[in-house]
Formats: sequence, structure tokens, C-alpha cells
Amino acid sequence: MVRLTLTGNHCVAYAVKLSKVKVVSAYPITPQTTIVEKISELVDLGDADIKMIRVESEHSALAAVYGAATAGVRAFTATSSHGLLYMHEMVWWVAQARVPLVMAVVTRTIGPPWNIWTDHHDIMDQRDTGWLIMMAENNQEVLDETIKLFKITEDPEVYLPGIVGLDAFILSHTVEPVEIPEQELVDSFLPERRQPYVIKSGEALIMGNVPSDLLTNSRMRWDIHLGLRRAEKVIDRVDMEWGKLTGRRYGGLTECYKCEDADYLFVGIGAWVGDMRLAADRLRAVGMRFGVLKIRYVRPFPYLRVLDSVRGKKGVLVFDRSVSAGSAGPLFLDLVSHMYPHRLNIPIKNVVAGLAGYEVNYEDFFRIGESFVKEVSETGWVSEFLEFYPGR
Amino acid sequence: MPLTIRDLPKEKYVLPGNAACPGCPEAMGLRYVGMALGSKAILVIPAGCTSIIQGLMPGSGLSFPIVNVAFSSADAVASGVAVAKELIAEESVVVVWAGDGATADIGFATLSGAAERNDNIIHICVDNEAYMNTGIQRSSLTPLGAWTTTTWRGKTEPKKNMPLIMISHGVPYVATASVAYPMDFIEKLRKAASIKGFKYIHLHAPCPVGWRFDPSETVEIARLAIETGMWVLMEAENGKIRISPPSKPYIDKNRRKPLKEYLERQGRFRDVSNELIKELEKEVDEYWELLIRLSSQ
Amino acid sequence: MERAEYLLPLSRPKVGVQGVTGSWRIRKPTINYVKCIGCGLCWLYCPDSVIDIEDVGSRFRVSIDYTYCKGCGICASVCPVKAIEMVKEV
Repeated sequence: MVRLTLTGNHCVAYAVKLSKVKVVSAYPITPQTTIVEKISELVDLGDADIKMIRVESEHSALAAVYGAATAGVRAFTATSSHGLLYMHEMVWWVAQARVPLVMAVVTRTIGPPWNIWTDHHDIMDQRDTGWLIMMAENNQEVLDETIKLFKITEDPEVYLPGIVGLDAFILSHTVEPVEIPEQELVDSFLPERRQPYVIKSGEALIMGNVPSDLLTNSRMRWDIHLGLRRAEKVIDRVDMEWGKLTGRRYGGLTECYKCEDADYLFVGIGAWVGDMRLAADRLRAVGMRFGVLKIRYVRPFPYLRVLDSVRGKKGVLVFDRSVSAGSAGPLFLDLVSHMYPHRLNIPIKNVVAGLAGYEVNYEDFFRIGESFVKEVSETGWVSEFLEFYPGR
Repeated sequence: MPLTIRDLPKEKYVLPGNAACPGCPEAMGLRYVGMALGSKAILVIPAGCTSIIQGLMPGSGLSFPIVNVAFSSADAVASGVAVAKELIAEESVVVVWAGDGATADIGFATLSGAAERNDNIIHICVDNEAYMNTGIQRSSLTPLGAWTTTTWRGKTEPKKNMPLIMISHGVPYVATASVAYPMDFIEKLRKAASIKGFKYIHLHAPCPVGWRFDPSETVEIARLAIETGMWVLMEAENGKIRISPPSKPYIDKNRRKPLKEYLERQGRFRDVSNELIKELEKEVDEYWELLIRLSSQ
Repeated sequence: MERAEYLLPLSRPKVGVQGVTGSWRIRKPTINYVKCIGCGLCWLYCPDSVIDIEDVGSRFRVSIDYTYCKGCGICASVCPVKAIEMVKEV
């Protein structure tokens, strides 16, 4: 084990090397660029045995790693924002072909105007595609989860691609001390690549021609949903396996911070969960018992776990760093749509904040939490279930 | 030794009862790909007529390993496949089988990228000169004057010259071919397979449905394109252009048949004016002059 | 495959994937074996692999699979001795 101070993006690069990825293809885009630069450096220094395909666009980046993966090798790509939107067609293609591979998404807002700071519109736009989607909170988690995602996506119960998400700059370009596991440890954790089929010469196997039977095609689509549901168990199991080897467990699908005795919960994804933890502590210090529910995997959405965490609380505050324009924040929508059929009737509010990279920190969460408690304890409910945080 | 029918493998790579239209030049071309490359071929096929020709899942009228892919992604997918196969030392020839749209239009950037990287694949542009799969809409490879369902009065722009564009990429091998000259095409495919790097073969493929001629005439029309000089068979190894034997007689302008003989056989040129025919003839002559100049260097 | 019920978008080659395509035919290629010189050009150009040839020494013996022949007529058009006639289906 080596301890280094690394940016989130360099953590991704080291994880890719440790996972013995064979083919990497990516197109530079801020703030993803330093991932592909670092991997190129590792390759050129002879430190990583990876073949780079230096493509001319993101659409081709995902296409190229899809080609490599469908031909039988472990493959990886990374992108952000407009790059992710540009490859969106291939995002669907890879999932429906049931080809496991891993992509890092350094979350960045979408223009116009041109803006490189973080929000979650790009990653949340992929929710329906059939990929596993996780958001990391810190750089160690970025490194660990990238390695774990290869194991999870290549599990026969899953066989779907996966995204590891990290917030632009807050993680991607900020250094933190990180433990780099030994290669032997990763080798003992990560088995040889498995995938449902391989396209090879001499075997006339055809992928993707027109279906004759739409019911079968329909079941294929539904099986992607079932694959994601099955992935819940795999994610938790792999989290435990990794924990045993490294001492680092993250809770699998979700991570709870002081949830058990809490009256109120913050719910969120990504780097700003760290600020929510701090805000919860400060609120507790003034008598408001807050906890934080960090949703690690947005897909599969771990609703049973989430419902268990919110059950019996006096109020729940869901923070979204993106909005499904015309509706509400996507995390909130996922949560409430599972609460109602499970007969959970709890005051819940969606705060949309931090869009376009506008900074929100623990003081903001503190204020929002404080006024939420005031409203709920005075009225027993919330007057506006959806609010845009106007800033300070 | 010229290739003879006796030398060709008789194994079927295009199966009877496939979904191609009667007289389909793409099905013909795919047979020649099978004859040339046999079981080493892996096909990457973007959206187009061949998406349909394969017929319905869970069967396939084509007996190749095939990755069907999104329209503009084919060359990049093929690059990935080729790189992976090299890493695991699996002997294979990765072939992109793409129409004029997936080559010259929506797929152009991806094609250009793979060519510039000199990735080890063969891109075959099977050129039926319009978007036939969606019902005969113009492409950048539709010739001047041709009727399509998006150019009712005839296309007003000339055909983009893809072979020269690909030669300009500096790739090791570029060739043109025609479904009327299968031996020439098969030899070019085999040569391409023996060269490492990016190879481009542009296959002229007259479409009875889209060009408005009887399905029995696919080969005749394709041959007329050569005999009138409208399509030229050539190859460029490392940029060095050579006119291929079937087109050699037509270096001499006087031996070319009048262009009208090619045009009048096709309904898509029915309303072409005499002025436009002159313009097309001028286009043909100028292209030949350029090719002759380039090939003598 | 470890999950038996796996649903994958995969196909295998199949003769007649689009059904009995011989039913599409409106004209039927008929070989006049007296005229046929066994050159094999009809086999070479047939888009649908429905013409089979058998090497019988100096020439090929040609036969047509009418179950799947779509009747395009390319074989008749490329025949150098006009040994194939397209006859209207009744």
C-alpha cells in the first residue's frame, strides 16, 4: 500500500491501471482531460499496459471502447458534460448490447453559456439508459469505486456498463491523501474479465439485427431493468469484499451518517455530501438532530434502503444539483415516487441548489436545515415541496 | 495468375432466403467479401440497407460475425475491435461495411478519425448513391441531376469524391471497385487484408429500387458506369494511383461509351436536360484528366 | 453463460430467415442445359446464393434453388450464351 496525494482524476487513472484495463479511448474535455492525460502518461512511461485509441470525438470514444469490450477485453472511457451528451446514443447502445465496461463522468454543467463548473445535469441525464450510475464523495472513494465497478459490471447477475461520477474540480482537480492498493491485492479482488458473449472471427454470431419477436425484444428491455435490480445485491457484496481487503467499506448502495437517531435527514449525492455532514453536526449542536443519507448509487436506485432510512423521520430534505426542468429534482422524484406506494407520508422537501457550479457549502445547508425544521415543527408539513435555493 | 471462378470458395456467407430486395448489389458485394476474406472477417455494420438484409433475429441471412452499430459509430467500433483482437492475438480482418451515408455524411468524422489514426481496419463504402434504406433520399454521394425523394427536380450538387479524400488522408491503401467486376474487388479485398493500417475500398453498387431500373440489370448498369467512364476502377497504394485493368481501356476518351447510354437506362435521370448531361460529361472528363495526371506521377 | 434466462440481442445464421423468398418471384429463371456452357458466371453474380455449381471437370454443373430464388433475373442477364430464360410465373 502506498499513500499519495492525488486529484480525483488521477485516482481514476490509477484505478484503471490497477484494474488491468486493456483499452482506453477518450476525447479531452474540461474537467475530464487530466484523466486521459494521466493514463497516457502512465502508458508512455511504461507503467501501464494499456492500448490508447486517441479518437476524434466522444461518440467515437465510447464506440471504440464498446468495440474493444465486445471483442473481449476490459475497456474504459471518461468524459464530461457536452461530451457525455454527444456520446449519449452510444450510452444506450452499450447497455442494450449488455456489454460491461466502465466510464468515469466528471460532472459538469451544460451550456450555453459555456461553463465548466459542476452540477449533475450531465450524469442525471443518463438515468434511463441502463447503466449503473454512482457518485463519489471523495477521492479515495473515486479510486476504490472505479476498481469495484469493473467487478460489479462484469458480474453475470449484472452484465451492464457502469459510470463512476465525480464532481468537477471539487474532486477532479483537488488533491487529497489517498491509499493506493498493491497490484496483488487488486488482482486477488478482481477476476478475469467475464461478459455474456464475445464477437470473434470464425464464429458467425450476429449482434443487433432487427427482431422478429417484439415480445422477446420487450423482455430484453425489461431484463436491463431487472439486471440493475439484481445489481443491488452485487454492489453490497462487492463493497464488503473490498472492505475486507482494504478496511474501507462505504455501505454499498447508500451510506448513512448519524441517520439512526436523527429526526431529520439530508439526502444527497456527490461531493457536497461532505458539507451536509458538517451542517448536520452543527445543527445537532444547536438541538436539531440531523443525519445524512448519501445515495451512492443513483442507478439502481436503492429505494428499499432509502425507505428504511427515511421511515419514522420527522422530515426529509432532498438536495438536487440538477433539475428535470418542468418537474423537480431527479433524486427527489425517485425518492417520493417510491415513498407513496410504500405508504410513507413524511414531510419532504426538494431543494434545487448549486446549479451551474454555484457554490453551496455547510453554512447553506445549515440555514436550509434550520428553516426546514422551523416550518415542519410549526405547521406539521411543508408549504412548497420544491424550492430553488436563491443563494446568499 | 488471374483469379477464376474455380479458385473462389463456394461456402455461403450470404444465405438463401435473406431479406435483400431482388437484384440487390449489397448482397452481391457481401458475397464477394465472404469469398475474399472467408472466416477471418468480422463485420461492423452501421445503419443502412444491410441492417435489413440480415433479416430477422434470432436468425440472420448473413453468415459472418457481425456487430451492428449506431449510424455514425462504425469505424470507431471497428478500431476498438481491431485493437482488442491484436491484443489477444486472434487472427481477424475487421471490416466496416457502410453505405454512402455512414461513409460520406453522418459517419464522415468517424471514418476520417480512424483513417488519420491508421487503425488496422478495412472500410468498405457500398455506394448506392442515396439513402436507400429510408426510401431514396439524396446523399453527398448522389450524382448531379439524379432524382431522389428529397431532390424531386434532380440533385443540384455534384457527387463528393470520397476516394480522393481518402487518399489525401495518407492511408496505405485506397481502392475503388464495382459489383460488376467481382474478381477485381476480391483481389483488392485480399490485398487490403494483407496490409496493416487503414484501408478504404469504395464499391459502386447500383440499386434497382433507388435508381429505377429492372432488378435484372444491376450488373449491366454497374458495367456501363465503368464503360462510360462515370466510375473509375483504380487503387492507390501508399498514395500511388494506378488505374485498374477493367478501367484501363477508358483512359482513352474515345473508347468510352457516351454517358447517355448509362443515364438513359435509369429512371432517376429521366428528366435530366441535355445541358446537365454536358455538365456531367465535363465532370467525367475532368476527373479522368486528374486521375491520369495523378497516376502518371 | 451463467444465467440461463439471459436475454441478449444475438442471432445465428439461418437459411430462409426471411421466409420462402421464392414466393416473391414473378419471373422464373429456367436453364437450358443444352445451351449452358457451365462457365459459372450466374453463380458468381447471383446476389442471393441461390445458384449452386458443381465442378464436373472442364465445366460447372449449375442448379437453382427455387425455394429461395427471388427471380431478379441477373443470372439471365449475365449469361454469355443466353442459356437462362426468365419465364413468367403462373
